[in-house]
Amino acid sequence: MGTEYILEMENISKEFPGVKALDKIRLKVKKGTVHALMGENGAGKSTLMKIIFGMYTPDSGTMKFKGKELKLSGPKDALDQGISMIHQELSPVPYMTVAENIFLGREPVYGKTGWVNTKKMIEDTRKLLQSLQIHVDPTAKMNDLSIANMQMVEIAKAVSYHADLIIMDEPTSAITEKEVEHLFEIIRSLKKKRVSIIYISHKMDEIFKICDEITVLRDGQYIGTQAAGELNQDLLIQMMVGREIKQVFHKEKAEIKEVALSVKNLSRAGKFSNVSFEVRKGEILGIAGLMGSGRTELIESIFGIHPPTSGEIYLHGNRVKIHSPADAIRHKMALLTEDRKLTGAFLPLSVRDNMTISSLDRFIKYGLVHSKSVKKACDEQIERLNIKTPNLNQLILNLSGGNQQKVLLARWLLNDPDVLILDEPTRGVDVGAKSEIHKLMSKLAREGKAIIMISSELPEILGMSDRIIVMHEGNKKGELTREEASQEKILELAYQ
Amino acid sequence: MKSQENVANHPAMLGDRVKRAGWKEKLSHLFSRYGIFLIFIGMVVLMSFLSPAFLNVYNLMNVVRQISFIGIVAMGVTMVIITTGIDLSSGSVIALVSVVAASFAHPGEYPLIVPIAIGLAIGVLAGCINGTISAKGNIPPFIATLGMMTAARGLALLYSDGRPIGNLSDSFSFLGRGEILGIPFPIIVFLIMGIISHLLLSKTKFGKYTYAIGGNEQAARICGINVDRYKILIYTYAGLLSAIAGLMLTARVSAGQPSMGQMYELDAIAAAVIGGTSLSGGIGTIPGTMIGALIIGVLNNGLDLLNVSSYWQQILKGAIIVAAVLLDSRKQKKS
Ligand SMILES: Nc1ncnc2c1ncn2[C@@H]1O[C@H](COP(=O)(O)OP(=O)(O)OP(=O)(O)O)[C@@H](O)[C@H]1O
Ligand SMILES: [Mg+2]
Repeated sequence: MGTEYILEMENISKEFPGVKALDKIRLKVKKGTVHALMGENGAGKSTLMKIIFGMYTPDSGTMKFKGKELKLSGPKDALDQGISMIHQELSPVPYMTVAENIFLGREPVYGKTGWVNTKKMIEDTRKLLQSLQIHVDPTAKMNDLSIANMQMVEIAKAVSYHADLIIMDEPTSAITEKEVEHLFEIIRSLKKKRVSIIYISHKMDEIFKICDEITVLRDGQYIGTQAAGELNQDLLIQMMVGREIKQVFHKEKAEIKEVALSVKNLSRAGKFSNVSFEVRKGEILGIAGLMGSGRTELIESIFGIHPPTSGEIYLHGNRVKIHSPADAIRHKMALLTEDRKLTGAFLPLSVRDNMTISSLDRFIKYGLVHSKSVKKACDEQIERLNIKTPNLNQLILNLSGGNQQKVLLARWLLNDPDVLILDEPTRGVDVGAKSEIHKLMSKLAREGKAIIMISSELPEILGMSDRIIVMHEGNKKGELTREEASQEKILELAYQ
Repeated sequence: MKSQENVANHPAMLGDRVKRAGWKEKLSHLFSRYGIFLIFIGMVVLMSFLSPAFLNVYNLMNVVRQISFIGIVAMGVTMVIITTGIDLSSGSVIALVSVVAASFAHPGEYPLIVPIAIGLAIGVLAGCINGTISAKGNIPPFIATLGMMTAARGLALLYSDGRPIGNLSDSFSFLGRGEILGIPFPIIVFLIMGIISHLLLSKTKFGKYTYAIGGNEQAARICGINVDRYKILIYTYAGLLSAIAGLMLTARVSAGQPSMGQMYELDAIAAAVIGGTSLSGGIGTIPGTMIGALIIGVLNNGLDLLNVSSYWQQILKGAIIVAAVLLDSRKQKKS
């Protein structure tokens, strides 16, 4: 064997207008290892990965791949040379089948005719999925899959290129523990084949479970590389944020008062049935369950996106009919959706417009949007949530994933809701920001707001909730108080 | 510069990572933001070298007057395109407005307000139907407005028996031929509608929602925006603007004509696209579109002055539209 490194990057710098995203970064990945890349939101992780994958060219610096100088003309080139990538934002073609998505751009054809050999494509996909034990129909349309399954398909796709280096940018932000374990199985078997992996995640426990070495970036700077065995969570966090943060949940006691929202026997055909629960002012209600257990569908119905087929909703004791999100907002509800790109962000618009779009009425003066008060309100939120953006005119598209999430949270806070529904509120958010969001949730609860939180992270559910309901296949399987809840009890109810 | 405001002095923002933009960056920023405007200036300069007749007040006024009709239509079309829609019916609506308004504009019959009100009402109604069919009926705007394009043209022919309706009152003719302080009336309306549309799009809830719908319709719904209602409003506004153009055009040629406004929808779309409006939605401005219309005007006029055949003119116009879109997609890729 030649060098022990598959990838060597030195002094990589990359600048965007107004932002130095990477400043003399080094990254060396050993053959057959899993290398974690850690850092806060906006540290430059995705940017660095996009450079390795040929999507950006660095302003300066050198790259070597398998001992040879690496120059890429684009992602296609990267794939040809043996580098594949799972992107942070899912990018499936929704109306194409699983097989078509996986073979996009390299469809098997009959001879030289250009005629796609669909049969072979489906058969190959079936074999691929089978070898990875992913139970998805190759002929299913992508947009009929759950987000978790979409993610698994993306993983299969990245594996299918037989690359020597696979980049995984937050592959687990949309999947539950079960699928994470599954992914780790896949990673372990890849390692046996001497495939190297660069792994990005904000979930600490994953890092220590699967990774061999860790490189840390902070604000576009290289901080250091260490073997995972030499670090622990606290040390790692300190490297990432440059100060000490205790990884505990900022749960503060809030006075729990009268019922704010209650639903009775809510059903939507084929999605969930007969769900009843209530949430009180000052209370954080956690909803646990597997992907596809009907949690998201449930709150979508409450919020009027897909109205329920039967059942009743009460707000502050009064029966309400909610036919659309506009109705829900009028009743002072807010919903942070789980999928940023699909249902959250307005990608071509600025941070300012993204933040204020649902609270514009507040800022109207003589029929016109009063830009000074908009700016003031946005600046407040930026400070409160510590959002990293060069200015308010920046397109949200250009923010890092975690900062996009914070902008969307700010959007709903500007509405000053009574009932705040958060679907995976800390997905893709770094440790520091996560604990800030948790602090904020506690504070909002103390102000008397009722909060419903869906989370696939059990520690988060256990750490933040006053009460927990567990869903399974569209049914509410049980309800636990903070005191009685434990990881085992929740899992027992969730799996059955 | 606007996008640099308050970078340095905000503590929560990137702090020391934000650098003062160098002059090179500033220049490229300037170009990406005002590129279309610079191209326009460049064209004017070039033309004034090539043809001595170009740079004279009378000719320039003429150019602006000629494009004022399309320019007004294009403002509505811009908003529609920002929502990822399209409006193919503008030209036919102009024709329908033209013949009906003309029939109420004979001298000594009705006061001026009657043909104007009827004309505007027709435009509003047509736009409202466009919007309702595509929003509520869930029919792609391309199809909905294609239907309106065909039907409105048919109605115009039916109403006028296929013949021009002439003999219009002087007061009505003023709408197209009059001048105020030496400035042709259509130019004044073009500028006023430009200001109103710009304010609407950039400063009001209506405008912000227009961008939001185009940026991500599903997210817009979840943000509580009544998407259907705003879509209908947007198409209605586009219809209103077509009607304004139709009234002035009718006055300009002193006759209601069922063949009026042919290809206007395409010129209007071209003006919007040249001006930076993105067909994939969420992007576009009124000043951009106005410049886009002016570019088309200068091009037509310049080529006329240079005695380029009208066939070549069409070919060149086509090339410029594609070039503008190409430039735009390059810009988006780069960022
Ligand atoms: N195309 C772009 N244009 C301008 N700025 C950009 C662009 N892409 C990234 N940035 C900026 O570069 C910085 C690094 O972003 P990057 O996406 O690499 O962060 P990250 O470490 O992946 O964060 P996260 O954990 O939130 O995904 C951020 O400040 C971001 O706003
Ligand atoms: Mg990232």
